[in-house]
Amino acid sequence: MMRFLAWTVFLLGCFYFLMPLVGMAEFSLRMRRGEYSLDAYAVVFADPRFWATFGYSLKLAGATILFGVLLVVPTAYWVRLKLPQARPFVEFVTLLPLVIPAIVIVFGYIRLYNTSSWLPMTGSALGTDILLTMGYATLALPYMYRAVDTGLRTIDVGTLTEAAQSLGAGWITILARIILPNVMVAVLSGAFLTLAIVMGEFTMAALLNRPAFGPFMQLIGANRAYEPPALAVIAFALTWGCMGLMQLATRLAKHERAKA
Amino acid sequence: MSYLTLNHLEKSFGANHVVKDFNLDIDKGEFVSFLGPSGCGKTTVLRMVAGFEMPSSGSIVIEGQDVTGLRANARNIGMMFQAYALFPNLTVAENVAFGLRVKGVARAERDARVAEMLALIGLPDLGARYPFQLSGGQQQRVALARALAPRPRVLLLDEPLSALDAKVRVSLRNEIRAIQQDLGITTIFVTHDQEEALSISDRIVVMNGGVADQVGTPFEVYNKPSSAFVANFVGTLNLFRGVLEVPASGVVRLGEVLVKLGRAVDRPRGAAVTLALRPEAVHLGRDPAREVTLPARIDQVHFLGSVIRIRVGAAGTQVNLDTFNRPDTPPPPVGSQTEISAAAADFILLEE
Repeated sequence: MMRFLAWTVFLLGCFYFLMPLVGMAEFSLRMRRGEYSLDAYAVVFADPRFWATFGYSLKLAGATILFGVLLVVPTAYWVRLKLPQARPFVEFVTLLPLVIPAIVIVFGYIRLYNTSSWLPMTGSALGTDILLTMGYATLALPYMYRAVDTGLRTIDVGTLTEAAQSLGAGWITILARIILPNVMVAVLSGAFLTLAIVMGEFTMAALLNRPAFGPFMQLIGANRAYEPPALAVIAFALTWGCMGLMQLATRLAKHERAKA
Repeated sequence: MSYLTLNHLEKSFGANHVVKDFNLDIDKGEFVSFLGPSGCGKTTVLRMVAGFEMPSSGSIVIEGQDVTGLRANARNIGMMFQAYALFPNLTVAENVAFGLRVKGVARAERDARVAEMLALIGLPDLGARYPFQLSGGQQQRVALARALAPRPRVLLLDEPLSALDAKVRVSLRNEIRAIQQDLGITTIFVTHDQEEALSISDRIVVMNGGVADQVGTPFEVYNKPSSAFVANFVGTLNLFRGVLEVPASGVVRLGEVLVKLGRAVDRPRGAAVTLALRPEAVHLGRDPAREVTLPARIDQVHFLGSVIRIRVGAAGTQVNLDTFNRPDTPPPPVGSQTEISAAAADFILLEE
């Protein structure tokens, strides 16, 4: 009886979550009247703006991930190693982006870094891109920090550091050759989450007026019927692809098998 | 001149004074053990030598070079940890090669050294494995090879055997000692296990409350403990409370019996003193060669195979003694009256 109930709840859950997706995917295939076709996808892929904005967001996602890793891994490592008493405070700070809306952050940026400010970042495309990357890194901070911190929890950071020091290693060697490889799966989790966030982000890119994928999706959504669901399916495929890559990375890392 | 010198080392963590005026000279190639209970400061001294803790005052000198202010990674000191601390992302060979890579040793030389080290620890074929694929004993052997590969000036062992099971512990400690003697590397070994310290050390430093209570060879520490703490901590002791009758010749009254220590005792007549006797110095029955004989009652008999451990009540205290098993002599029955004897020279007068 319990088994039957469990399966019923599971199937209801699946129905609840999958039906909108199935409906959306089905609708995206109905561009040609009376038959299923991939016309909507063909239109999306044929649009040069799709590739331009997709490529732009991908580049910024890469920069965000690189900056995030360089910021978060040493910070989380140092907090675990030397400042364990500061952990609650650091965790609180990393959670702030979840409670402060992106629009507040971006308005803050515009106020602080506009063309008449002491640091006119918005005065050039490169400066605005850097600003946007910082903004994305802030949005991804809660996920990146948590992922890396969880990864660090699985290794004995203090003893490994001392072992490496006794063998002559300095801080950069320790971070690059011991700590980072041992939390690589966690870093990749954080990286793929960051990628998913950056690819779909609208507010910051729109208000900083940069040609990102999020504003493009919004633009298409406001003017077309069949292309927006096609874009959404592509975005979902991208996210799920990232999750698949996370799983693959865990399986491919030989030394991670011990933890599994 | 000694190879490694610890001068007036002090260490405090806030109000907690962990190491107090610690002094030690270690010769090249010597194997010195720091022995003591948890919290006695032995690991803190080791960590100061390694460079992981900065002394509050005092200095550490290796080969005439003051290394007190030197960072841990610049000291060229090898270390083994209780938790193995092998790098999980590197293979056995890569772990052993780590220190050499950091030093910038050329590939060919590095590979040769790794092969040499793996052969030394008896695991020549396991270079391609990851740490999680090894047993605890194998991991600790690899940790030893990794620590030795860059040819450190000093080897520090921080309770490296504590996490291993009893059989592996004994075999590995003998291996460590053999390798240490073979390479002639100066070694400090931290342990709370007296048997480990007694069996493999050239000298033992018995620590208590941040102070080195006694420094000496295992034989000296065991047979001539300088304090009540050392006597109690190292080995098993039988304690007798007595009264000093003649300070000049060291005559102590234990109940009805007078024990002549044969040496002057620097305390006033009538002072309460504590005498100690190792179980192996107590003989069951009267022995004309031993001057002190006490009436005793058998309280417990534990047959352990080759050894019979007997507990008797004598001179108002409980006395443990060991006798070898003899097939023609059954152990005495519990409750029977007997005598125990001991040589006066075997009594240890404990400092109060």
